[in-house]
Amino acid sequence: MGVGIEVRELKAWYGKHLALKDIDMSIPPNHVTAVIGPSGCGKSTFVRCLNRMHETIPEAYAEGEVKVGNIEVYGDGTDPVDVRRKIGMVFQKPNPFPTMSIYDNVAAGLKLNGLRNRKQLDELVQRSLKLSALWDEVKDVLHKKSGASLSGGQQQRLCIARALAVEPEVLLMDEPASALDPISTSKIEELIFQLKQHYTVVIVTHNMQQAARVAEFTGFFLMGSLIEFDKTEKIFTTPADKRTEDYITGRFG
Amino acid sequence: MPDPNPARKRELSLWRRFVNAGATTFAVGSAVLVLVPLIAIFVYLLLKGIGSLNWAFLTQTPKPPGEPGGGMANAIIGSGVILLIASMIGIPLGIGCGIYLAEYGRNRFGDFVRFTADVLNGVPSIVIGIVAYSIVVLQQRHFSAYSGGLALAIMMVPTVARATEQMLLMVPNTIREAALGLGIPKWRTTLSISLRTASAGVITGCMLAFARVAGETAPLLFTAFGNQFWNLNPNQPTAALPLQIFTYAISPFDEWHNQAWAGALILIVLIVGAVAAVRVVTARGMLKGAS
Repeated sequence: MGVGIEVRELKAWYGKHLALKDIDMSIPPNHVTAVIGPSGCGKSTFVRCLNRMHETIPEAYAEGEVKVGNIEVYGDGTDPVDVRRKIGMVFQKPNPFPTMSIYDNVAAGLKLNGLRNRKQLDELVQRSLKLSALWDEVKDVLHKKSGASLSGGQQQRLCIARALAVEPEVLLMDEPASALDPISTSKIEELIFQLKQHYTVVIVTHNMQQAARVAEFTGFFLMGSLIEFDKTEKIFTTPADKRTEDYITGRFG
Repeated sequence: MPDPNPARKRELSLWRRFVNAGATTFAVGSAVLVLVPLIAIFVYLLLKGIGSLNWAFLTQTPKPPGEPGGGMANAIIGSGVILLIASMIGIPLGIGCGIYLAEYGRNRFGDFVRFTADVLNGVPSIVIGIVAYSIVVLQQRHFSAYSGGLALAIMMVPTVARATEQMLLMVPNTIREAALGLGIPKWRTTLSISLRTASAGVITGCMLAFARVAGETAPLLFTAFGNQFWNLNPNQPTAALPLQIFTYAISPFDEWHNQAWAGALILIVLIVGAVAAVRVVTARGMLKGAS
């Protein structure tokens, strides 16, 4: 089951540049939350702070309070590796491991964290590929084909399966469909809709229609600040802030 | 719209065709020129060496000077032992160094290591032989396959390290991010994801280093030293093909000269065979469509 995310006074830097300014946000469990905003507004930085991927960039760091379920993400003694196991991530460009088979791609997170039981691996791989709606397309070539030999849309669903296989509670998606064609995009969106039954999903997108289609809640970021966070319907029909209105009506960005 | 200057256009296209043909000829010609010495060497070796090549050559040890027959079996095995020792030291050390340079070495110390490796690559091999001589042979007070292997290992390290570094740098960062995002620790990501993704190139680098040192004579002169008899103890003076070729080539006997040619032929065939075998074995694990 998914868990909620509580963010309090989250700040993030790239070297001396302050990219996120005191973000406060309560993301509800088992819903899809979209993060929108113009390029460079900090939306990607924000989701990368939720699973401590932000700090893997040289000179980047973050501070503040992030609580995902029971995990204090920035608590003393919290191991970022443990955080990332609980909070899965899907990136903008599909990035399957090129030298691994489809099966090994999905099983990578499990195997490299020490799971050796063949039967358990088989089950988890199958379950994850079914969840990501890729099973029927690849079940006959699991061990024969490399992850890199799939089409772009299939690769992205493979990456979603790979993230789901380690059984996270939250799934972060950083513009997961921006490199895909419309048909693949609609498949991913359909998938996101299914996934919220089991997971809390946070999706970054610069496609406002996409946010409107898939998300129940939407946060609007601008220049490193969270301007408005509310039900998606409210954001897109009667936003409280003038800047949100300007953005969604296409006056800038 | 009609072309305002059709004559000029024709002239241009003629000139371009000329340049294009010239460039193509130059490229093809260079490729052929590079192949000529390579093929010439191989054909010449084949002509000169094949006559002395027989079963005895591959299975017997050298006969005393003046006596006909005998072979280089001990040198073939000796080269194998020395190269095994060299690879067992040089390849892991070189790969480890390459990993450091690619994943952690964006700093002063990394630059220093890179510079040192490049310099080491240019150090004459006989100097490296002297180093191994003073480190191992002088301490032990006898020649050995160990000291020869060490000398060759030192020569392998910079090649392997720089190749590993280059190949790891070609692995896109998005692949590392994918692994870290799955909660895989950094050391595991480096070994099981980055290095695995780069493995084809890393193996090529290792084979290049291997092939380069397999034909080295100078570093073995006062380390492995050579041996006219069977020896499988790596702690004793050991025969090696390049050494045996050298000894036979400077000898006054025609029979030995011919055997030196045969030895050179065997050396090249074994190196090519070893490189090809590694390629076949590693290619078996690769998947369809893997880049």
